[in-house]
Amino acid sequence: MKSSAGLHFKTYLLILLMVVFGPLGNVLLGKGMKRIGAVSIATPSDALDFLSRVVTSGTIWLGIGSLITFFLAYMLVLSWADYSYVQPASAVAYGMVALLAHFMLREVVTPMRWMGVLLICLGVLVVGHTPPRTTEPS
Amino acid sequence: MRDIIFYLLIIGAGTGGELCVTRAMKAVGEVKDFRPAALVGIITRALRVSWMWAGLTLMGTAFFCLLAVLSRENVSFVVPVTALSYGAGALGGKFFLGEQVTPRRWAGVFLVCIGVTIVIMGRR
Repeated sequence: MKSSAGLHFKTYLLILLMVVFGPLGNVLLGKGMKRIGAVSIATPSDALDFLSRVVTSGTIWLGIGSLITFFLAYMLVLSWADYSYVQPASAVAYGMVALLAHFMLREVVTPMRWMGVLLICLGVLVVGHTPPRTTEPS
Repeated sequence: MRDIIFYLLIIGAGTGGELCVTRAMKAVGEVKDFRPAALVGIITRALRVSWMWAGLTLMGTAFFCLLAVLSRENVSFVVPVTALSYGAGALGGKFFLGEQVTPRRWAGVFLVCIGVTIVIMGRR
């Protein structure tokens, strides 16, 4: 990997986009679905009603847009950066989701849930520090 | 019970979808040319692989199950629980894609599973 300042800058910028837009997308989906309310998809007409309420929700579309931005940033950064360098960002995302849910949705995140999230972040970091490829390229 | 089915579908269909997409992209081959015209060609080739369609169907199923669960549960609960996909992914990688899952990777997956268990136990 080249060590130019420009390469570092665009790598950090795209990882920042990933860390912000991935969790933001999930939180916006959560907010949109809370507005729609609990769904029942017991019959085909229920499922169609659910689908129509989802596709007419602006918040859901903002969430989908955020997740697409996350995915594009993820794909782009992987075109030059190592997977094992980028992957730990997905660990930070679990903490970000809890933070955003607390501040944007006023969700109560208990100390026990924070502890669970912290362990998940640690586990994802450990997974990220293993060789990214264990099979021969086809 | 219904929620457990939804969570199983989010984790199972989501991970299954990612594994199918990975298998399809492995069949397409390593992407070396990132010019727009080349990328369109790669996407077209990927869409001719049946694994890609299986993957997109499974990922779509997981997405709508996620929406259904988010209509009832807090996002700060749902997203950590979906981290169990790291366990499903390690199993799928080993048995479906023939990857070697190192002890260290299993240790990471184990930590994730403990974290998810704590989140579930702390559910209010």
